[in-house]
Amino acid sequence: MSMTEQRSTSALLYLSGVTVSFDGFKALNNLSLLVEPGEMRAIIGPNGAGKTTMMDVVTGKTRPDEGEVVFDGRADLTKLDEADIATLGIGRKFQKPTVFENHTVRDNLLLALAGLRSWYRLLLATPTKAENDRLDEILSIIRMGPQQHMLGARLSHGQKQWLEIGMLLAQDPKLLLVDEPVAGMTDVETETTAQVLREINRTHSVVVVEHDMSFVRALGVKVTVLHEGSMLAEGSLDQVSADPRVVEVYLGR
Amino acid sequence: MITRFLWQGMGRNLRLFVLLVLAIGIVLPLLNLLMPPASALYVPAWALQLVGKYLCFASLALAVDLVWGYCGILTLGHAAFFALGGYCMGMYLMRQIGSRGVYGNPILPDFMVFLNYKELPWFWHGFDQFWFAAIMVVVVPSLLALALGWFAFRSRVTGVYLSIITQAMTFALLLAFFRNDMGLGGNNGMTDFKDILGFSVQADGTRAVLCFASALVLAIFLVISGAVVGSRFGKALTAVRDAESRMRFLGYRVEGYKLFVFVLSAAMAGVAGALYVPQVGIINPSEFSPGNSIEAVLWVAVGGRGTLIGPVIGAFIVNFGKTWLTGALPEVWLFALGALFIAVTLFLPKGVVGLWAQIRTRGATRKARAPA
Repeated sequence: MSMTEQRSTSALLYLSGVTVSFDGFKALNNLSLLVEPGEMRAIIGPNGAGKTTMMDVVTGKTRPDEGEVVFDGRADLTKLDEADIATLGIGRKFQKPTVFENHTVRDNLLLALAGLRSWYRLLLATPTKAENDRLDEILSIIRMGPQQHMLGARLSHGQKQWLEIGMLLAQDPKLLLVDEPVAGMTDVETETTAQVLREINRTHSVVVVEHDMSFVRALGVKVTVLHEGSMLAEGSLDQVSADPRVVEVYLGR
Repeated sequence: MITRFLWQGMGRNLRLFVLLVLAIGIVLPLLNLLMPPASALYVPAWALQLVGKYLCFASLALAVDLVWGYCGILTLGHAAFFALGGYCMGMYLMRQIGSRGVYGNPILPDFMVFLNYKELPWFWHGFDQFWFAAIMVVVVPSLLALALGWFAFRSRVTGVYLSIITQAMTFALLLAFFRNDMGLGGNNGMTDFKDILGFSVQADGTRAVLCFASALVLAIFLVISGAVVGSRFGKALTAVRDAESRMRFLGYRVEGYKLFVFVLSAAMAGVAGALYVPQVGIINPSEFSPGNSIEAVLWVAVGGRGTLIGPVIGAFIVNFGKTWLTGALPEVWLFALGALFIAVTLFLPKGVVGLWAQIRTRGATRKARAPA
C-alpha cells in the first residue's frame, strides 16, 4: 500500500484497477492511468474502448465497481458526486458545445465563475467588483465583449465554442477533461483548437479524448491507447502507432 | 437586505401588474360594499366570490409556473398542496362552528358525532386557534413537498417519471381523504362553515375582505417570485432547467435548487387553497382529483410558461371560460378544454404573453422598416 500512496501523491489524476460493468459488459476492465500535474494527455481508442466511461468515472457521473480514482493525491473521486468533483477543480468540456441558451454571454460566464455554488447564498448575492472585473477580463480574452448581452441561443457555432472556452477559464479547473473537441470540424478549425488547447495547457492539466489522428499529432503529447476497457499502449504517437497490437485494433484482425 | 432582495426582481411590467392586481382587490370589494345594488357600478356578491376564487387559482398557477416554467419540473400534483392548505383552513373553520352544529356538540364537528367519535383525533388539536391553522397551512404542504422532493431529486428522478410520481401522490391523497376513518370528513369533506376570526363567512364584509386578501396574497407571491427569479439563484435555476448535467459539472448541487423552489411553490399553493376554502364554503376530497392539477398546468400553458404574469392571465382566461361555458353549454366544456390544450401546444407555445411579445416585436420591426 505504501507504494500506492507514494504514486498517488505525485500524480494529479490516478486511476488504478478501475472496473465498470453495465449488465455484465465491462466498459472499463482493470484500467490504470496516471496524469502528472501540468501534463496534457491524449486518449485514443476505437469505438467502445471505454473513453467516455473513463471521463464519466473521473467526473463522478458513473461509480466504478472496483478500483481507485484519486485526484490531487488526496481526494477519492469514487466517493464524491459531480458537484463535489467540479468544486475540487475538474472541468469537463463536452463534444457538443453546451452553453446556456436562455442566458446572456455574460450570465453564462457568471454561472461558470469559480466560487458561489450554494443555493441559499445565491439568493441574496450580487456580483462583486472582483467578479465583474474577472468577467470583463474573460470577455476580452475570448473577444466577446460586444456580444456580452446576447443570448446563448443566438450565437454561431464558433461563438459558442469560444464562450465555452471562456466558461472553462471562469471555472479555472486544475484538470480539464475534453471530449472529442474536433468532431465535425474543418481542418482549419481543428488546427485552431489544437492551438487553444496547448495554450490552456500552459496553466492547466488537460486530458483529451479524441478519434482524429491528425489532431492528436498536432497536439504532440503523450498518448494512451484504450481497447476494450483497458490500457493497450502508452507513449508518443509514433511509438504507439508502431505497436503491432495497436495496429491490429485499429485496422482489424 | 430583504427589501433589496424583493426589489431586485421588480421590472417595470411586473410592478404595474402587481399594482393592477391590488387595484382589482381593492376596487371590486369597495364597489360591492359602497354602491347601491341598483347602480351600474355595483359588483354583486357572486361576482366578488368568483373573482376571489380566480385570484386563488392565479396564485396556484404562479406556484406551478415557478417549478415548471422556471425549473422544468412538470408537476401534475400541485392541486394536492392547494387542497392540503384548504383542509387546514377547513379544520379551523369546522372548530369555529362549535355548538351551532346540527348535533350541538361543542367540541366535535358534526361528521365525527355522526361517525361515533368519542373524542377529537390528535391531529385536530390546535386548529381552534387561527394562528395555529395559519402556520399549518404553510407547514403541511411544505413538509410533503420537502419529503417528496428530497427523495425524488436526490435519486435524480426527472422528466415524465417525476410527473407520474406527483400525479400518483395527489391520487393517493384523493383515495386517503375519501376514507371516513381519516377523521377529515370522508367523501363529504367539510362544509357549513359559520365564522372566520369571529366574522360570519356569509357576510358581505367578510367576503369583501377575503377577496382583498386573495389579491394581496397574489401580489405578495408575484413580488417574491420576481425576486427569486431575478436573483442569481434564479439564473442558476433556469440554467438547471435548460442543461441540468452541465450545471452539475460546473459544481452546482442541483438538488438544493430544485428542492427550494418545490417547497416554496408548495407553500404558495397551500396558502392559495386556504383562502379558497372560506370563499367557496366547502373542501372535499375531489380537490385532490388528478384533473385539477392538470388544469392548473393548462392555465400556465395558456398564459405563458416561464413568465410571472402569464400564469395569472391564464388562470383568469381559462376559469372565466369554464364558468361561462359550464353555465351556457355544460356538455361542451371538456371538449373545449381539450381543444384549448391542443391549440395552445400547436399555436401558442409561449402562451398569451408570448403572443403579445410576438405581436409587439412584429410591430416594432414593421415600424423600423417603414421609413427605409
